[in-house]
Amino acid sequence: MQPAQDDDCVLRLEDVTKVYSGIVAVRHANLALRRGAVNVLVGENGAGKSTLMRIIAGVEKPSLGRILLDGNEVEFHSPADAQRHGIGMVFQELNLFGNLSVAENIFATREVTRGLRGIDHRAQVDKANNFLDRLDAGIDAETLVEDLPIGQQQLVEIAKAISLDTRILILDEPTSALSAAEVDVLFKVIRELKAQGVAIVYISHRLEELMRIGDYITVLRDGQITGHAMVRDIDTKWIVRSMIGSDAKDFAKSVDHRLGEEVFRAEDICLPRRTGGLAVDHVSISVRAGEVLGIYGLMGAGRSEFFECVIGQHRHSTGRVHVGGVDISDCDTSDRIRRGLAMIPEDRQREGLVQALSIASNLTLASLERFLRFGFHIVGEKERAAIKAAIGDLSIKAPNPDFEVTSMSGGNQQKVVIGKALMTRPKVLMMDEPSRGIDVGAKADVFRTMRRLAGEGLAILFSTSDLEEVMALSDRIAVMSNGRLVTVIDRAEATEEMIVTASAEGHKTTREHA
Amino acid sequence: MTVASTTTNASEASNGSLLLTLMKLRTFIALFAVIAFFSVFAPNFLSTANLILMSKHVALNAFLAMGMTFVIITGGIDLSVGSIVGLCGMVAGGLILNGIDLQFGYTIYFNVFEVCLITLAVGIVIGAINGLLITKLNVAPFIATLGTLYVARGFALLSSDGQTFPNLVGKPELATTGFAFLGSGRLLGLPVSIWILIVVALAAAYVAKYTPIGRHIFAVGGNERAARISGIRVDRVKMFVYMFSGFCAAIVGLVISSELMASHPATGNSFELNAIAAAVLGGTSMSGGRGTIGGTIIGAFVIGILSDGLVMMGISSFWQMVIKGIVIIVAVVVDQAQRRLQQQVTLMQLAKNG
Repeated sequence: MQPAQDDDCVLRLEDVTKVYSGIVAVRHANLALRRGAVNVLVGENGAGKSTLMRIIAGVEKPSLGRILLDGNEVEFHSPADAQRHGIGMVFQELNLFGNLSVAENIFATREVTRGLRGIDHRAQVDKANNFLDRLDAGIDAETLVEDLPIGQQQLVEIAKAISLDTRILILDEPTSALSAAEVDVLFKVIRELKAQGVAIVYISHRLEELMRIGDYITVLRDGQITGHAMVRDIDTKWIVRSMIGSDAKDFAKSVDHRLGEEVFRAEDICLPRRTGGLAVDHVSISVRAGEVLGIYGLMGAGRSEFFECVIGQHRHSTGRVHVGGVDISDCDTSDRIRRGLAMIPEDRQREGLVQALSIASNLTLASLERFLRFGFHIVGEKERAAIKAAIGDLSIKAPNPDFEVTSMSGGNQQKVVIGKALMTRPKVLMMDEPSRGIDVGAKADVFRTMRRLAGEGLAILFSTSDLEEVMALSDRIAVMSNGRLVTVIDRAEATEEMIVTASAEGHKTTREHA
Repeated sequence: MTVASTTTNASEASNGSLLLTLMKLRTFIALFAVIAFFSVFAPNFLSTANLILMSKHVALNAFLAMGMTFVIITGGIDLSVGSIVGLCGMVAGGLILNGIDLQFGYTIYFNVFEVCLITLAVGIVIGAINGLLITKLNVAPFIATLGTLYVARGFALLSSDGQTFPNLVGKPELATTGFAFLGSGRLLGLPVSIWILIVVALAAAYVAKYTPIGRHIFAVGGNERAARISGIRVDRVKMFVYMFSGFCAAIVGLVISSELMASHPATGNSFELNAIAAAVLGGTSMSGGRGTIGGTIIGAFVIGILSDGLVMMGISSFWQMVIKGIVIIVAVVVDQAQRRLQQQVTLMQLAKNG
């Protein structure tokens, strides 16, 4: 972990630490970025990769430590500041205006103007076309961004970054939404930029890709740099070892219990993608009562989409779903829930909770039928009793169930979403990234609840992009990649390497560009 | 020392909650303020005759505002209610006066009760059209109901070629008499329209609080995606609110025609704006998810009493518009302030407990 001493270093972080209210996101990191090379950064979710990059891009300021640019200490007060120093970043979520043209996007906030006569559209388009040609993108600068497929939008972002005379280009998971052919184009562009002397920082989960494009690799775990090497000296095993380390996190001990009958079966689930291709590609899977099936996959692997198809949120999806031996493929979401299916969505705020309602109303939202008299009257006592029971069962810290649900912490909000699903008395529970964005204690609670429910005979499918989680919690592990179900392995036989390799399967490219 | 600091905290907290309580009761306070003000400054304001007359005015707006409240809680808007009032009035008037001409020498006449049912059905059907446009064809509520606003008004004018249907007393031999009961009849000293308002308001408040569809209305407005994933049939909920709004508008059409014993096709022009104002004044949030029927009724009373009172004081109608506008803006500003304060108080309580 010695900072490299060679002089082709364009930017160096020395002893950088970043603390957010109580949480240390990055501790004492030393990182050197080399000119004319691809500097790869890997690590699990929450390892601190993004924080480190946001520090370099001027979005965040380090709490401690120095940033050296060409050997001189610098301080970035804003992303614009970093841009002036030649640092450009392409974020994981694209920051483009879909309703504007490619040229307008590239020159947003620094439009080419002709004094009082306003924006010189022709000049902008010409210049933008120049940049796009350099990338060999085949995009017309006058098209609207929303009309472009996602891969080309990514290229627009890159064109925008290099139009700023970028010397350091940070790409945060640039391939997460790209098809294999689009990845090839992107890699060609990266090689060209490299030849022009640009230092590229490349963040990705896809190890196979890193091995192909990377020159130097840095591994992060829990905010610390745990490995640094030349890519040609190492293999994927080394990466996985450095990423995961040896100290295991706190997971609920799995209780051995007998699995029951098959209660859930999905056959040939397909969902077309809006930009062509399939977001969910002929996925068939079955789960038995009391079984926990972990679905591992990277961002964009189609896990959330698969769950959404199963719960009946996509009208264009095809395939059949059986719960408890009954075919429910023709039911809408409401009837599927009635037949024993429940889903806990990934994005708590956007899809899980109704923020304006109280904790109590959120909990019973999906199961009001249980408290009815005469088919329409909600019986207050019944509802309150059920709410009290749920709050106790899940150890939700709610001082008053009539408070708005947003008055609680993220972990407790997640428990409310879980409670809402459980109150429908499901036979099959689907949990999409159940541990996302909640603190360690709440995570442990959620995991314990999952094991307890499985012990009570519930079939659980959960998705995660955390290797340790999937290894520790599942009875069986399914790996999805690029919409396809690559493999299903018994936990006893699964190794981390197998899973990581399988998760990149769907992105294998067939040919290599020179 | 500890004791002293806790007491200050407690008194701060109670200050916060006192202010919060005041703000929550703001529509009530506004209502008492306008009543007190006009009792002093407007002659005869508190006379029984005047109070009953005013509540008849208020009732018309209150019906529309209730329907509007549900629509706004789901995050939509219904601009067509004024036109539905006009069209339904014409339907009732036309049926009583002319019946339905079957083109081969026969004409069907309905009795008054049937006429009322048909008129209500017309209102509900227009609401259903709004709902279908919004749910199935994905038209924005503002545009969909703006369209039906014009279409309904156009049909109202076409139905009589722009003329008024006068003198709706009906003929005893056709059993079409007695239409006046709705608008000018009385039960136990109160006008019939007030009784209808009480029944519909109680039913609406019950639906909002004690039935699944009521809970679903709030959920859809609060977070439509979460509602869908929780298994709520969002499209049905939206159909319901627009149909209920159409139903309320049809009642108003009937009551107005009955009061005047005539149907005019321009009746109800710009009523939708008063209904929106009453709902907002009563604490309904335009971004959806929040609102109460009780608040809306009080809001309708504040607006109604304000305009009637100003008329009685002889203030020019131009100034009335200015004053009404200011009241609405102040109401929304206070609403925002209350929400911020509410969050602070909740956080403080959390901090105290935790």
